[in-house]
Amino acid sequence: MSDVAAHVVIVGAGHAGGTAAAMLRQFGYAGAITLIGDEPIAPYQRPPLSKAWLKGEADADSLALKPIEFYAGANIDFRPNVSATAIDRAAKTVALSDGSSLAYDALILATGARAIALPVEGKDLGGILYLRTAAHAEALKATLGKGRKLAVVGGGYIGLEVAASGRALGAEVVVLEREARLLARVAAEPLSTFFQAYHEKHGVRFELGCSVTGFQGKDGRVTGVTLADGRTIACDAVVVGVGAHPNEELAKAAGLECARGVVVDLDARSVTDPNIFAIGDVAHRPMPVYDRMFRMESVPNALEQARQATCAITGRPRPPGECPWQWSDQYDLKLQIAGYAFDADEILIRGNPQTAKFAIFHLKGDLVQSVEAINAPPEFMMGKTLILSRKPVNKAKLADPSISMKEVAA
Amino acid sequence: MAKITYIQHDGTEHVIDVKTGLSVMEGAVKNNIPGIDADCGGACACATCHVYVKDEWLEKTGTRSAMEESMLDFAEGVEANSRLACQIKVTDALEGLVVTMPESQH
Repeated sequence: MSDVAAHVVIVGAGHAGGTAAAMLRQFGYAGAITLIGDEPIAPYQRPPLSKAWLKGEADADSLALKPIEFYAGANIDFRPNVSATAIDRAAKTVALSDGSSLAYDALILATGARAIALPVEGKDLGGILYLRTAAHAEALKATLGKGRKLAVVGGGYIGLEVAASGRALGAEVVVLEREARLLARVAAEPLSTFFQAYHEKHGVRFELGCSVTGFQGKDGRVTGVTLADGRTIACDAVVVGVGAHPNEELAKAAGLECARGVVVDLDARSVTDPNIFAIGDVAHRPMPVYDRMFRMESVPNALEQARQATCAITGRPRPPGECPWQWSDQYDLKLQIAGYAFDADEILIRGNPQTAKFAIFHLKGDLVQSVEAINAPPEFMMGKTLILSRKPVNKAKLADPSISMKEVAA
Repeated sequence: MAKITYIQHDGTEHVIDVKTGLSVMEGAVKNNIPGIDADCGGACACATCHVYVKDEWLEKTGTRSAMEESMLDFAEGVEANSRLACQIKVTDALEGLVVTMPESQH
């Protein structure tokens, strides 16, 4: 589609939507682009909200994907504070919350995911925060500071990043986790153990295997978290990070196949309607390297799918299959994760966790399925290559850090 | 502010005024210059902002950090003048800097 009369409408101005708009122009698309966002500001990076930005090491300008002038300059009609309310697939129009309606030739859904709320008593008290948007992060930053008491509900990556940033700002931090270990759903046990010890060394307290039953408050503000065992954890603020749910309701109402995410093909195109694409956190997509479909919440995934959809729209060849990856920064630790540990039957640790420089390989037979690398870029980079190539590895060599990753993969 | 010339692998040149304090990567990405992907947004986690720094600028752009060195070691087409653009901070001293891009960042 390179017709100047064409119109691509992008619903959702997050990392995926904003990137798709910019890529369309990079790829020479000359038609109209309308980018709809329900937040008041132009697309920005979310990862720093729990890390560099929260610690005051990055400003709003550096968060923005593009300077605001970019959109007008690139002839992208960016509309903040508006959401899409309905899609009429037969008429190829999308209705907006401001009462207007837009006709599209291609529609890209990039509506993202929302934080799952804890449905417990006191959940609406002031000071109970979630972290998805810049506005959420502003609210959180305002409550952190020296001596402030922060309770983090959920020992996942968001929770741990907020805990690390909170400590950097001098707050007292306690992390409350339902499972018996941190990162229970997303990381290997040795990594959970490592992170817990590292955070404890930096003064974070953990309550594992505990269930939050409610929040206590005074004058409308939270003062404590109530646990199932009867204890109350005193706090000035709470951050809840217990997962996210895809914003798929718009697609579902329009009759698009959804499975906790809009089901798409290798071009990020809806399997129900060839004129509609879904990208980023809201998409349930095929991942050929694992021969299965799933939904991811990561920036690399958002970028990759923006690339897939815009290549399809502009008639470019489909991008080669990728190895999914993600990263996290906590204190002086750089965690880089390549792949997902699907069907893994063995864990191999390369290096020594005591030195905060090691990698955990998840193997299926002698194939690498996933790598979790702490301050270990070679293991991460070569791991990505091995995951994609499906080349068997020599486990004895892999376990020996004195043999370089290049030699291991040779 | 420094005027930086970004040259794509196909020879296309982009001359951009980049604000002091931004990185050479941010200068490219914020101006939608193709060829620098910067998937991680500058966290030195992905090696997709690989550039070649013209030799006469190598001294002024500084040296690679250990993390950068380690990431670059696994990028495609690495040369002695390879850098990760996210790790080069723009200062007035970089007025006139020229960087070229590799064929692919992946």
